[in-house]
Parts: sequence; C-alpha cells; structure tokens
Amino acid sequence: MLRYFLHRVLLAVPVLLGVATLVFSLIHLVPGDPAQAMLGDGAAPKDIAELRTSLGLDQPLLSQYVTFLRHAITGDLGKSFRTGQPVTTMIIERIPATAELAMAAMLVAIVIAIPLGVVAAVWRGTAIDYSAMTFALAGVSIPNFWLGPLLAIVFSVELGWLPVSGRGTLAHLVLPAISLGLALAAILARMTRASLLEELGELYVRAARARGVSSASAITAHALRNSMVPLLTIIALQFGAVLTGAVITETIFAWPGIGRLLIQSIGFRDYPMVQGCILLIAVTYVTVNLITDLMYGVLDPRIRLE
Amino acid sequence: MILRLRSGQASLGLIIVAIVVLGALTAPWLLPWDATTQDLPNRLHGPTLQHWFGLDELGRDILARVLLGARVSLMVGIIVVGVSSIVGMAVGGVSGYYGGRIDQIIGRVMDVLMAFPGMLLAIALVAVLGPSLVNVVLALAVIGWVGYARLVRGQVLRAREFEYVTAAKALGAGTVRVLMRHVLPTAVPPLLVQATLGMAGAILSEAALSFLGLGVQPPTPSWGTMINGGRVHLLDAPHLTIFPGLFLAIVVLGFNFLGDGLRDAFDPRGK
Repeated sequence: MLRYFLHRVLLAVPVLLGVATLVFSLIHLVPGDPAQAMLGDGAAPKDIAELRTSLGLDQPLLSQYVTFLRHAITGDLGKSFRTGQPVTTMIIERIPATAELAMAAMLVAIVIAIPLGVVAAVWRGTAIDYSAMTFALAGVSIPNFWLGPLLAIVFSVELGWLPVSGRGTLAHLVLPAISLGLALAAILARMTRASLLEELGELYVRAARARGVSSASAITAHALRNSMVPLLTIIALQFGAVLTGAVITETIFAWPGIGRLLIQSIGFRDYPMVQGCILLIAVTYVTVNLITDLMYGVLDPRIRLE
Repeated sequence: MILRLRSGQASLGLIIVAIVVLGALTAPWLLPWDATTQDLPNRLHGPTLQHWFGLDELGRDILARVLLGARVSLMVGIIVVGVSSIVGMAVGGVSGYYGGRIDQIIGRVMDVLMAFPGMLLAIALVAVLGPSLVNVVLALAVIGWVGYARLVRGQVLRAREFEYVTAAKALGAGTVRVLMRHVLPTAVPPLLVQATLGMAGAILSEAALSFLGLGVQPPTPSWGTMINGGRVHLLDAPHLTIFPGLFLAIVVLGFNFLGDGLRDAFDPRGK
C-alpha cells in the first residue's frame, strides 16, 4: 500500500515540474518585450528597464527559471503589477469564494445527475431513458456564459427572487452554482447511467433478486452502491472542468474568486498575477487528481496490484 | 464506409449541422440585410417581421450577424479539429507503434498538457499572445491534439499485435507502410467520433474565449462576442443575448447528437 502511495506521489512530481515550466514560459511567449507590453507603447525607457529588473527579466533565462522554481516552492509568486501586493496574498484571499462556488456547483450537479442517471438506467430504452439522456446532452451543449445571463433575466430581473451578482448570502450562490453545475450534471448523469447499467447486469444483482430482495433495494443498496466507486472518480476528475467554468461564471456574476481575478489581470496585462492564478489552478487540479488516484487505490485493491 | 445513423437523435444532429452549414455559406444571398449595415434610429429594436432576430446596439441585423458568426465558429471548429486530429494521429501513432523511450517522452509531455484543466491553458496562451482569431485557433490546437493522440496511441497499441500486421511485417512491409495501411486505419472510427464531438468542443471554446474578450475582435461577428456585448442590454434588449446563444447551443447540440449517433453506429454495445 505504501509503495503504491509513494509511486503515485513520485509520478506527480515531473508533472508538477512540467506545469511550473510551462507557466514560467508564459511570460516569455509575450510578443516583444513583456515589460513594454505591460506598461504600454508610451512608457519611458527608464520605467521599462526598472520593470524588467523587478520582474527579473534582465537575468539569464536559466537563472530566471531557477529563481521562479525556488520562489514557487516557497509560495512566493512575485508581486502584482497592478496593485503591488504579493500575488500569493491576493490569490489566498480569493480561494474561499472559488472553493465555495465550486463545491456548490458540484452539489447541484450531483443532486440533479444521480436521480436522472438512475432513472435512465432502470428504464433503459424507454421514453424516460431517451428524455433523460436528451436532457443531459442538452445540458452539455448549453454554454454557461449564456445560461448565466438567461437565469439572471428570469430569476433576478423578471421575478426578483435572487440577486444578480456579488457574494454574501446563500441567495447570491444559487444562480452561479446552477449556471456552473448544469453542464457537470449532464456529464455525471450519463456516467451514472453507464456505470449503473454495468452493475445491473452483474450476477450478484440477479442473485439478490432471486433471494427475494425488492427491485428498489437491489438497485439502490446493491448496484448503485457499487457503481459509486467509478462515479466518485469521475466527479473528482471533473473538478478541473468546474475550475475552468468558474473563470467564466465568476466573470458573469461578479463573483470575487480566482477566475475573476485571472480575467481582470489579463485585461491589465498583469502577467505575474496571470502566472500565479494559472499555476494555482493547475496545481490544485493535479493534487485533486492525485488524491483521487490514492483514494481509488484504497477503495479498489485491484488498482494497487496493477 | 457506409453507416446508417439509426437513432432519431443522430439524424436530427445531421440535419441541424447541415442547415447551419448551408445557412452560413449562403448568408449573404439569403438575407436582404448586410451584417454591417447600421440602422441607428431603430437600434435595439426587438424581433419584427423584417428583422426576425431584431437589431443590435448599432442597429445591425442580428440574424445576419448570427449567420456570419456561424462561419467563424465552423471555420474555427474545422481548423482546430483538423490540425489536432492530424497532429494527434501522427504523435499517437508513433508513440504507440514504437513504444519505449519515445512513448515515455511523449507520454510525459501529454501528462503535463493534461494537467491543465479544460480551457485554462488556452486562456493562458491567448492572454500572453494577444486576443485574435489566429491565436484562439493556435491555443485550442495546442491543447486539442492530446486527446486525439491518447486515443490513437491506445488503438495502435492494440492493432500492432494483430496477426495481419505481423503478416505484413513478415512480408517485408516498411514501418511507414505498416502504420499507414494497416495500423492507423483501425483508429479512424473512434477518431471520427472524437472529431465530431471535438467540433462541438472547439465551437464552444472559441465562443467562450470570445465572450471573455480573448477571441474574435469586433466588428467581426462571433457568437461569444455577441453574447458578451448583449450583457450590457440584458434589461432593455435581451434578444441581443438570447439569439446568438440559442444558435450556439443548437449547433453544439447538433454536433453532440451526431457524435453520439456515430459512436452508437460504430459500437452498438454502449447504447
């Protein structure tokens, strides 16, 4: 078990190094001089030179890279070009908002998806199945940057039930969470159906029915319970999609999270902040995937033996 | 290969895609309005018999702009999927066929690219390269090829063990010939499914980047830019947001229906 854990953790190290390298390269992909791009065309050469020095761009590339890695490991991602505050501090301030939105969206997705997937699997091939899966496919196809404004028109403008933007109360969370969670719900519903169908075909379900276990109990207590293992993995793997979706949802609903900070920073050409946000989201994603892998190893011993 | 799309969904998907392609190609002849003609006195007017989708903030016909936006979306989709699938097929084919160190190196590069969730890397790339249609295509292709490469690699790993491949090698066929004639064709059906679903993904991603102000720049019409522009007028002219988004959702749904139908046609067990 310990060997499996160590193996998985060690495999994540080169990936994290690759992620950090790619994030470091971003500023060097800026056409022309990044300092010039940040300050604009009318900037004085003295200001440009000062910014180049403060960003470390006057150093040899290898030295910049080593410094970037050393600082990143200690949590120092430089200072924001726009506010002068440490990037890490600004990002940490925004983490609770993004985490709250991501969790709420995943909850919305699970609440919608599991009943929908179960109904579709149990009544496979019927109109119920086709309707549920068409709904699921429609959910994947509706962009959240369109759904968000539509929800705002109906529930905030027309009905006046929910606030249109900002963060504070539970009411503020409803529209962003639905807007972000619907696409995930659609994906999960399809996965729930597929996973449950596989389990329903297993002999142990038939054996349970033969023993006199009711159909509902055979589905919920036996088949659904076992289909939860791959489903939990998929839920965790979809966390990345939620984080990316949050960039758009936070922009629409003026939600003060990391996604909104990223888009604002792009607008101001605040490259250290852009790098910081991208690095944090990618590292979070890799970590969640790693934890999922480790959990899967705990839940299913066959994985450890592979 | 002749395929029968048995499900109604797949046929509906094909019809939707065909109508949108036709509408995008014939837009200038279909409508009496140009996408750039301004009717300022009637700006923000809702749908009428003359202007079915209404007018935007500059008095331009929204239907004309939506149809012209379809050209941008389809073009981005075709280029991104085309480039990604060709690169993915080449890289995945080489990786799977040769294995060993080459496979390991390519695998690590793919792992790093897959470590960035969804569109995040595309957002980052466009943010530094600058907002433009070319950079959007570039960014989406950079992240897009990995999925195809993984798929092709898996298929090649399986196919290279087939007896007819061993027979071809025994008869003296070269590596390129074995790969092109015997191994890679086995990856075409799943690749076709992924490419169809990839069209939906690329169209959505382009619209999302344009919505964030990172993609197609005005005055070129794009569905994402139109939805973003409409947000300012959400209260007084919601049609500015509703119609481009509706078109986008329908087209993406069409490609998803078609992709699902193709998957069922190639592999009915999953149905």
